[in-house]
Amino acid sequence: MTSSTLPLASLDTTPQSAAQAWRQSLQRGLRRLLHNPMTVAGLLVVLALMGVALFAPWIATHDPLAQDLGQALKAPSASHWFGTDEYGRDVFSRLVHGSRISLYIIALVTVIVGPVGLAVGTVSGYFGGWVDDVFMRITDIFISFPSLVLALAFIAALGPGLDHAVIAIALTAWPPIARLARAETLTLRHADFVVAAQLQGATPGRILLRYIAPMCLSSVVVRLTMNMASVILTAAGLGFLGLGAQPPLPEWGAMISTGRRYMMECWWLVAMPGAAIMLVSLAFNLLGDGLRDVLDPRTE
Amino acid sequence: MENILSDPSPSLSLPLPAPQGSLRWRRLAPLGRRLLSVLLTLLGLLLLTFVIGRVMPLDPVLAIVGPDADKSTYEQVFRQLGLDRPLPVQFGYYLRDLLHGDLGHALLTGNKVTEDIARVFPATMEIATLAILFGACVGIPLGVYAATRRGTLADHLVRVVSLFGYSTPVFWFGMMGLLVFYAWLGWAGGAGRVDLAFDGLVPPASGLLLLDSAMAGEWEVFRSALKHVTLPACILGLHSMAYISRMTRSFMLAQLSQEYILTARVKGLSERGVVWHHAFRNILVQLLTIVALAYGSLLEGAVLIETVFAWPGFGQYLTSSLLLGDMNAVMGCVLVVGVIFITLNLLSDALYQVFDPRTRR
Repeated sequence: MTSSTLPLASLDTTPQSAAQAWRQSLQRGLRRLLHNPMTVAGLLVVLALMGVALFAPWIATHDPLAQDLGQALKAPSASHWFGTDEYGRDVFSRLVHGSRISLYIIALVTVIVGPVGLAVGTVSGYFGGWVDDVFMRITDIFISFPSLVLALAFIAALGPGLDHAVIAIALTAWPPIARLARAETLTLRHADFVVAAQLQGATPGRILLRYIAPMCLSSVVVRLTMNMASVILTAAGLGFLGLGAQPPLPEWGAMISTGRRYMMECWWLVAMPGAAIMLVSLAFNLLGDGLRDVLDPRTE
Repeated sequence: MENILSDPSPSLSLPLPAPQGSLRWRRLAPLGRRLLSVLLTLLGLLLLTFVIGRVMPLDPVLAIVGPDADKSTYEQVFRQLGLDRPLPVQFGYYLRDLLHGDLGHALLTGNKVTEDIARVFPATMEIATLAILFGACVGIPLGVYAATRRGTLADHLVRVVSLFGYSTPVFWFGMMGLLVFYAWLGWAGGAGRVDLAFDGLVPPASGLLLLDSAMAGEWEVFRSALKHVTLPACILGLHSMAYISRMTRSFMLAQLSQEYILTARVKGLSERGVVWHHAFRNILVQLLTIVALAYGSLLEGAVLIETVFAWPGFGQYLTSSLLLGDMNAVMGCVLVVGVIFITLNLLSDALYQVFDPRTRR
């Protein structure tokens, strides 16, 4: 009897437990994600960025802050792969260490924006009525600015600096997340499983946290990933205007800003950091695109 | 009587056939409600700029009286600015000044902020209009082309191009453009709106240099101005181009999968006729709204591009005021951007309501 069921069981892909079902859907998703070469390229660049940030001191060939005026403004060569800047600092090493600042900004903004947007959106969508009105009005106000201009306004109030830039970007980045979470919640709040939970006497807090928020999570994650690209661009823009990270910190946008004076003779001072920004931003866009195709079955 | 008045949308609930002329207006009824919510948003916008202005660590009194002023002068100015009043009252003053078109004086120029903004804005409008023209003229054909050849190499290529447009830091691209097309190739004019020799030669009438020089018949100036504006406008329009081409592609794909397209093909219409006369016609309204939104978001890129190209416009005014800590000017600029954004949003909604037959009841 067992001998006749065994071969069948090995072919049967029906999950036996919740954990197994979860594992299977994860595998399926991963396979679909890795099916698209552009997504894989994006993922690889993002992983490389993390690797570089993690092992920055070992990858960098020079001290990113060490000045050597004798070696100032040297073109790319074997000893300085990406050339040197006006103080003789190695541009490659500065880029490598700058990846830490970029990741720091991305991570911090995402950690702030994700939960805040999710909370505002789900609460607003679930309760509706005046709560919804008030929250959405506030969201509308924040959305009615281009994000860089609003970030500029906040920085004008807070003063320049890396942490202030993070706060300013976070303040401008949460409204789209909140809108998305609200839209998802609106489609869910009368769903049978939510009504069933309500009938069992679950509190609104429990319903939001255990039933609605997890359902919104996938689209919020996609949005956050795509958001990372624009976070990088906004941070670089602020750095370029001299309002983000301050020199001598090797932030990529700030590096472009200081390199601008020598741009006509020393193209590498501007070209290299800009290429780094573009590459990372492109990678997050590609990854976000791929994630959306996998996690959001409604597209295409 | 009271009942009729309290009904929020009486025209929608009446089953009587209305004369044709009012039909268009009736479609605007939801727009009235939208207008109300926009007014609320606008009030919130003002509150936001007011609050940001208040948390500013700089002392507005000190900026006026200077650090050497004695205590009595300081307090006099303090009272004159209304800073001794409670915050809601101050907000009231702020609104009152605003309704009189007064945003205060700019520290940098000493002029009224409103006058300054009116002076620098045409320069930005010129560059932004050319940028959106570039974005639409390149983006729409690219999107249509990609949609009709879905899944082919051309489609992927368009996708990569638009992704690059999304991901490139616009200020960096501007600098690279200057380096290649100005310093190396000498094709483009450098920084500024016009060659130094021609500066101030044409009296500003509309503030749009291309228009002014053409009307004055100064073709030398016109050519120089065109040479200067092309590069920054194209680079500024890159992001809109990416956005518009992506949107066009997905709009077109949605149309091309409809049954009426199949019918048109079965009837034996040429592919060009199907794509341009049937499918494309139906996405026009959507495209218009998209272009309106893209136009607004150009202001963001303009802040950066104007810094790179030393373009004496709105963005440069904003950043230079910001670096000086000139709060009146900064908040004035932020307010103007917000109002433009809201207006364009409202405009794109209105376009939808008026022209899209599906929003008719």
